[in-house]
Amino acid sequence: MKKTLMFLATAMVAVVMASGAYAKTLKMAYDADPVSLDPHEQLSGGTLQLSHMVFDPLVRWNKDLGFDARLAESWERVDELTMRFKIRQGVKFHSGNMLTAKDVVWTFDRIKGSEDFKAIFSKMSMKMVDDHTVDIVTDGPFPLVLHNATYIFPMDSAFYSGTDANGKDKGDIVKHGDSFASKTVSGTGPFTITSREQGVKVEFARFADYWDASSKGNVSKIVFTPIKEAPTRVAALLSGDVDFIAPVPPTDLDRVRNNDGTELITMSGTRIITFQMDQNRREEFKNPKVRQAIVHAINNEGIVQKIMKGFGTAAAQMSPKGYLGYNGGLKPRYDIAKAQSLMKEAGYDKGFTVTMMAPNNRYVNDFKIAEAVQSMLAKINIKVELTTMPKAQYWPKFDERAADMMMIGWHSDTEDSANFYEFLAMTPNKDTGKGQYNAGNYSNERVDQLTEATLIMTDDEERAKALQDIEKILHEDAAFVPLHWQDLAWAARTGVHIEDVVNVMNFPYLGDLVID
Amino acid sequence: MDTLAFLIKRLGQAAVVMLVISIIGFSIQDNLGDPLRELVGQSVSEEVRDELREEMGLNDPFFVQYWRFLTKAVQGDLGTSYFFKKPALEVIMGKFPATFELVLAATFIIIFVSVPVGIYCAIHPKSFFSRLAMAVSIVGISVPVFLTAIFSIYIFAIYLDWLPSYGRGDTVDLGFWRTGFLSLDGLSHLILPALALSSIMLPLFIRLIRGEMMEVLRSEYVRFAWAKGLHPSRVYLLHAFKNTLLPVITVGGVQVGTLIAYTILTETVFQWPGMGFLFLEAVNRVDTPLIIAYIIVVGLIFVITNTIVDLVYTMVNPMVRITGVKG
Repeated sequence: MKKTLMFLATAMVAVVMASGAYAKTLKMAYDADPVSLDPHEQLSGGTLQLSHMVFDPLVRWNKDLGFDARLAESWERVDELTMRFKIRQGVKFHSGNMLTAKDVVWTFDRIKGSEDFKAIFSKMSMKMVDDHTVDIVTDGPFPLVLHNATYIFPMDSAFYSGTDANGKDKGDIVKHGDSFASKTVSGTGPFTITSREQGVKVEFARFADYWDASSKGNVSKIVFTPIKEAPTRVAALLSGDVDFIAPVPPTDLDRVRNNDGTELITMSGTRIITFQMDQNRREEFKNPKVRQAIVHAINNEGIVQKIMKGFGTAAAQMSPKGYLGYNGGLKPRYDIAKAQSLMKEAGYDKGFTVTMMAPNNRYVNDFKIAEAVQSMLAKINIKVELTTMPKAQYWPKFDERAADMMMIGWHSDTEDSANFYEFLAMTPNKDTGKGQYNAGNYSNERVDQLTEATLIMTDDEERAKALQDIEKILHEDAAFVPLHWQDLAWAARTGVHIEDVVNVMNFPYLGDLVID
Repeated sequence: MDTLAFLIKRLGQAAVVMLVISIIGFSIQDNLGDPLRELVGQSVSEEVRDELREEMGLNDPFFVQYWRFLTKAVQGDLGTSYFFKKPALEVIMGKFPATFELVLAATFIIIFVSVPVGIYCAIHPKSFFSRLAMAVSIVGISVPVFLTAIFSIYIFAIYLDWLPSYGRGDTVDLGFWRTGFLSLDGLSHLILPALALSSIMLPLFIRLIRGEMMEVLRSEYVRFAWAKGLHPSRVYLLHAFKNTLLPVITVGGVQVGTLIAYTILTETVFQWPGMGFLFLEAVNRVDTPLIIAYIIVVGLIFVITNTIVDLVYTMVNPMVRITGVKG
């Protein structure tokens, strides 16, 4: 038996090597490398990008914002509060251990101890049913069980148990300091990490025992280099030093597109860029007419064309297209004449002076956008005193609500509309944490109620209607100034088929990447 | 004996300088931003952030924090980087070889280009080449280093495809030092960043050497040397050039600091994994322990290079005694 197995294995290796299917190296450059190898230390794009390389989630997003089965083979709703997941059999961790429901439950319990992730999972708990079945049980009816299951990347519980050389628990999640899980990793993902020098280079090799045999991916090695400076990153691609880069700066889009031998992929993104108008700081902003006037005075389509060079989609709401809350009836409202008459109606035709703050290194062209808004508001006699600063200094100012108008961009961690309203539109409440980023101090009881209601609705149709109603209310109230959704852009050498693996969440499924 | 006394004095000065730097570094850290923003995700509540701040001792009064830093610093512990999760000093020392080799390569370029060109321009001030060198150096002085860097990437890496566009390439690990000097790949990666970095100093030194040398060539003892019928090479190199060196070394010592400052830009453009790049990243991430450690290490480098310059000075010109150059 053993001999036959050996023979089979050798034969398989020979076939694979002969076909050359596993002999491609991908050299890629992002603007930053992951902070930690621990998938639960920080909830950020970088962490998720890495997680999809080294781990696999229970389910993952597909291009239509639906869910594909990964480590969960199938799932079904048992009752209002319970969703049952069948865990795939025969899945091996990098350490050689086999995946069982025990690992999934262990991982789930670990997430609940993560500062960054626990808010998402606050209403959920997990129970093991048998070796390959788990139940996710929610406190009440909860619509986002599958959304959240995309965040569950089962970890190798045996590998992360016990104590490390410093006598610390290997499973500890440590924010600022050394931990076993931040440097060592065993997942089920398509790649293992072979070497890592933080800030300089990470090398990945394809995991020979990867469970997903149907994956067409043929990348056997990845050399990942962070290149912070956008022009250098583009130059590295154009000169052939790397095969794949992201993000591509708006100024270089045409260059990459027109260059022979490189391909550009862009997609409308999900991060909404907005300005908030602080009603606690300014009496004027309490008047909906003034807020409407401001929204009407800002030509956000012009900003997308001129400043973003078309690299964005002008917005009239928070939810991007594809989200349940996206309300197709809402359109950008630039109309300077109407803005002026609204100011007159409100009794402010002489205008007033406001302060404004924006970061200068957080969002694409953030400070240029702020400058454009400044000059647009001058046309309705609102004089803007603008201060821009690096994000490191900006966020403390934002927390202080230090200016009358502040810029904020938001990406919904759950890929669901309600997350926008929870953080940006609900009445700020220190105890519940709602409205934590609502620097406009906009408050509308109806929005609060509806948002709370959508968090426990499980009927998609009813929920979509409620979410779209919220967008409509926010639109009519001019609760905030919607600018645009930032586009996403990736670029690769011709023959590297990134178009098949990139997605609007911006975590490419590199395990499935095919290189000619 | 003099040298020893001088060194001890310098050591004392260095300690004071370090202390002042650390106080300044520490007092600006509150204005650098909130490290927690970079450590936690967007939906983490302010309460949890505050708990973390408390745990990290960020809520303590300034002097408590500073005293804690100082007592550890004298034992060689400059704190732990938030991002790298390793001692800040260890992180910086890990990046030091990359920066050192870059500065060294740039210095070589500066010396081996500026000396011959400077001498030539002084001897033949009216020749076409001299005029050209002067014209180019004016341009060189006025173009900022990041432009030089980006242009050179576009010309040599993309258009001509001769040299790599970023990074340090293969390095050879010598145990205590990772060097890019020992592999062809490493050397080819070094060329563009070193050229870009040297481009700021090169024109300055060509002009300085030319100016000083022309001055010296007009002096009495050079005329006397000519009158003695000495061979031109002896007159130019031994009599004239050696005396040109004094001001050049003085300026050079000061300019090492500028060179280190410019590594921040050069390394960022070329994604060169050195200290300068590390520093800029640390500022972006509000990694305060790393920022302060960098400032202290660079301060130390300044003190050391200036001490070396003073010592070299006495070797070039024995008339200058070190006790006379203090301060």
